[in-house]
Amino acid sequence: MSERSTLRLAVLGVLVFSLLLTMVARLFFLQVVSADVYTQKSSENRIREVVTPATRGLVLDQLGRPLVANRTSLVVSVDRTEVDRQPDHGLAVLTRLAAALGTTYTALSYKLELCGKDAHEKPPICWNGSPYQPIPVAKDISQDLALTIMERRSDFPGVTAGLDAVRAYPAPMGANAAQILGYLGPVSDTELADQKAARDAGKLPPSESLLRRTDLVGRAGLEAQYDAILRGSPGIKRLAVDQTAAVVATVSETQPVPGSYLVTNIDANLQAVVEKQLMEAILRARASTMRKSTVHYIADSGAAVVIDVTNGHVLAMASYPTYDPTVWVGGISSSEFAALTSTDSNQPLLSRATQGQFAPASTFKIVSASAALQSGYSKAGPYKCPAFYMVGNRKFGNFESESFPPLSLVKGLAVSCDTMWYEIAYQMWIRDGGLSAVAKPKDPIETMARAFGYGRQTGIDVPGETRGHVGGRAFKTSLYLQLHDAWCTRGKTGYPEVAKTDPVRAAYLKQIAAENCVDGDLYRGGDAVNLSIGQGDTVASPLQVAQAYAALANGGTIWQPQVAKGVISTDGKVLSLFKPVKTGTLPVSQANMAFLRDAFSQVTSQPYGTGYGPFIGFPLDKIPVAAKTGTGQAGNDKQSTSWFATFAPANNPKYAVVMMVAQGGTGSGTSAPSVRKIYEALYGITGSTIDPAKSVLVGGAPSAVLPTVGKDGTPEYPALPTPEVPVTSSPSPSGSISSAPSAPSAPSPSAGLIVLPVAAGFGLLGRAARRRHRSGASWPWMWWR
Amino acid sequence: MSLTHAPLVTGRRRAPLLRGLNAPLVASALGLSVIGALCVWSATQGKLIGFETDPEAYLKKHLINLVIGAFLAWALSRFDYRLLRAYTPFLYAASILGLLIVLSPLGKSINGAHAWIVLPAGFTIQPSEFAKLAIILGMSMILSEKRDAEAEPRDVDVFYALGVAALPMALVMLQPDLGTVMVTACAVFGIIAVAGAKTRWLFGILAGGALVGFVAIQVGVLQQYQLDRLTAFADPAANPRGIGYNTQQARIAIGSGGLFGTGLFQGPQTQGRFVPYNQTDFVYSVAGEELGFVGAGAIIVLFGVLLWCAVRIALRASDLFGRLVATGVACWIAFQAFENIGMNLGIMPVTGVPLPFVSYGGTSMFASWMAIGLLINVQRRAQE
Repeated sequence: MSERSTLRLAVLGVLVFSLLLTMVARLFFLQVVSADVYTQKSSENRIREVVTPATRGLVLDQLGRPLVANRTSLVVSVDRTEVDRQPDHGLAVLTRLAAALGTTYTALSYKLELCGKDAHEKPPICWNGSPYQPIPVAKDISQDLALTIMERRSDFPGVTAGLDAVRAYPAPMGANAAQILGYLGPVSDTELADQKAARDAGKLPPSESLLRRTDLVGRAGLEAQYDAILRGSPGIKRLAVDQTAAVVATVSETQPVPGSYLVTNIDANLQAVVEKQLMEAILRARASTMRKSTVHYIADSGAAVVIDVTNGHVLAMASYPTYDPTVWVGGISSSEFAALTSTDSNQPLLSRATQGQFAPASTFKIVSASAALQSGYSKAGPYKCPAFYMVGNRKFGNFESESFPPLSLVKGLAVSCDTMWYEIAYQMWIRDGGLSAVAKPKDPIETMARAFGYGRQTGIDVPGETRGHVGGRAFKTSLYLQLHDAWCTRGKTGYPEVAKTDPVRAAYLKQIAAENCVDGDLYRGGDAVNLSIGQGDTVASPLQVAQAYAALANGGTIWQPQVAKGVISTDGKVLSLFKPVKTGTLPVSQANMAFLRDAFSQVTSQPYGTGYGPFIGFPLDKIPVAAKTGTGQAGNDKQSTSWFATFAPANNPKYAVVMMVAQGGTGSGTSAPSVRKIYEALYGITGSTIDPAKSVLVGGAPSAVLPTVGKDGTPEYPALPTPEVPVTSSPSPSGSISSAPSAPSAPSPSAGLIVLPVAAGFGLLGRAARRRHRSGASWPWMWWR
Repeated sequence: MSLTHAPLVTGRRRAPLLRGLNAPLVASALGLSVIGALCVWSATQGKLIGFETDPEAYLKKHLINLVIGAFLAWALSRFDYRLLRAYTPFLYAASILGLLIVLSPLGKSINGAHAWIVLPAGFTIQPSEFAKLAIILGMSMILSEKRDAEAEPRDVDVFYALGVAALPMALVMLQPDLGTVMVTACAVFGIIAVAGAKTRWLFGILAGGALVGFVAIQVGVLQQYQLDRLTAFADPAANPRGIGYNTQQARIAIGSGGLFGTGLFQGPQTQGRFVPYNQTDFVYSVAGEELGFVGAGAIIVLFGVLLWCAVRIALRASDLFGRLVATGVACWIAFQAFENIGMNLGIMPVTGVPLPFVSYGGTSMFASWMAIGLLINVQRRAQE
């Protein structure tokens, strides 16, 4: 035979053995190198979990009234496997069901498709969960339809009608509190991916706390903050199945543990009052015109906060605009979501109380006064209060260019003189070296502001709060570091887009940018005087202002505002009682604080005080109210911000109440009358008589203990008192209100709203259910049993 | 023939019945068949539980097939070498006839390929398996005839040989059975190469094959499911509920086996019936899961021994016919094993070819053992 033949045969042999080696190498890689990966995949392959969702815990007010409850909804579910087993793969069943539900076969079958690469392209209409779990296809169906489906089993094989728990908002006394409560949303792909990454990294959380595709999780507010407490853990039945989905064995089974109840410090009754008074203030502002003008205030948003100064408990917190949280139940539609987030709707999801950022204006004088006193400024003065004060070549004026004869510190606060603070701040600035600052400037006002909690988060247990800014030296520096490059660029290129419409302004902006590029980090006298009256770069949320006033009220302790009070189990056991958290102490002497508490009380008690008018007739002799008005400048094109920051009783403080209305006019004209109403409600004041029994707070004060829970899991609470708050608004400088919103009807929460879903089943499903029960057949909606 | 040594039995000490037996060759084929029997048993016994059928039915049929196959191998090895050449045209004609019957209404379709003839008593045969043998013998005959063994084959001989291969391959393609065509093509290429054909023939065949493949895809001769199978191995996740499922499940089964496997009858993937066709095309996944790297590796090693013997027999054949037959058999079994194990391991596209000796299936078993018979026959001739 030829050599060529032999050679080629040899080559062939080598080829054959290289193929064999390839196989061995690949086999080694699969079985030895990646064995762990495939072992896990193999176990995932054959274990199927059937999940019984846990009932989510309730959110209760301080007395146990449900702010967030669960409602049962009749749900139609389809068992994919069983329907598919029909000779026509469910065509007839699903067509019948579609007709009964008033939809089409196509629409229905989309809902039954598994989400994934080969499923229908639009994800919202495919099934996210396990194919072994009945797939809900219709919610809130009628009782008749549920009965029809359950009685005509042969017509609807694989179809069940059952009860499912969804969130309900009983709104006791009409309390809305939407921004505090938050809402639920589906688990996101990112969260599932993170969870998977954690698992792959070997950090395996217990199976019960794993998020599943079909889970709803808290997305905002308390629902998000306390998600782990409220969610409970689902019941999980692990089934070993084979490739045809036939169940081989039950590997393990756990019962669902319902979520615990979150008790808040919110008092539903008070919350309703505060919300209504905020609305009143806004309507009052809208009904009044700007001074020397026919333009009405826009009053586009507002917030009100009531906290217990002795421990930081948030008793009520309202934000306007608000919305109905039921919009989230059962999944929000894209049009509904767009409506909630559009500029037209003015962002009702935003909590103005914790996320609003407004110049605190004269309410900030609590800081300036403390700083001045601690720096040795005299209480008696006299302090000059001219119409304006010159810093360099710039004029800084009083509100509406008022002027007063020289004043004491107390009177200066009461009349809300600004120019005296300009002088004090300017002197402090000069002592720190002026433009060529000393190495370690004292910055008494800036330092004091930080001690009061401005410029940092309060730490409230509602996610997403803003921290605001203290417009002092540090802020200047950070702004400079951030914007220096932009300033320098603008200093060269100017503002061509502005120049098109307003060349003068563009030239001005260009000059400012060029100057800032050179020395934008310089802390100028103008910055210092602006800070002293809470203007300029300084912004704060209404909650921060309330925290600051509460600190002065309680003798110098900064308490972290706390909405949640404690956690109780569904059988009433107290699982935890949150302790107040101290986050700071005011660097102010007790004498100075006592002095200031008295000084602020004169704002309402003395005829020259800016808060005197709204409190005429209020029993200030028994309950002195310390207060400070604020009318903030919010930029050239915005109307002024109305502030009223208070605490009471000034001689033995218990509550701090702060109200803010953006573009709402003056503090005294818009907010103060509503704050007065809130105090009247808190203390049960009618006219000038005080009757603690008429307080919106049952017993006249927040409850010290957690509510109890009945045997059926229903929280127990005293009967709701009828609200004593008059709906009409108090006299306001700008005229009376023509249209006040009608008080929302206050439904009393019934047990049916909040009991566990299964218990409600008997009555609801009537005949069929009872018959089924007698015959010993399993409940159709208890398919997980 | 100084390389003829110990394992090649002298014959004088053995009974005449087993004269010329190549012990490593037969032992490896037998070893593969026994492992195959275990895997088929494990893959099928669970499936029959709860039915009235005998849970060992597949095992028993597999063992019967093994015995028949071994007998056929023995018979073929005893066959007179010259007569073998003489009968080749008849064998060839018979296999063409078989392939035609398959395409007639007498044929039966299983898993998309119209490749079976149903016989009485529940037996089926797959003529394309025998066609491989016929093609190997037919080509070897043409390329080794009418010339001096030292000369390279004339172009016309190569052309005829290709023609001999092309007809049955075309018929198999009509079934359609892409896998068998690919395996046969490898054997054809190997035979033509070892026959000493001009190098341009080899490049020509490669280019021609590529062209045919390209045209087949473009014109749409290949069905979509065939294309899916070809691409699924690269990305099994692309089609998890289609053919990708099979490869993914097989890979999970093999990967989860680890070094020593879960033990026979203990593999969750196998016993849970997650891998479809795991007694036939995906039988290797059973070995991978239940016998682990040790068992699955042993299968590859046994194929190595078997192919080593085959290549050696080809090298030492006394004439070109014998060498070409042995070469064809080696190429066939090597590529079919690689294709089958490769698709189990996810490195080759899924084409429905059984794993020789191991997979359940009578015809494949008979054809594989007959190939062993041919090898022994060639070897015996060389020793005479």
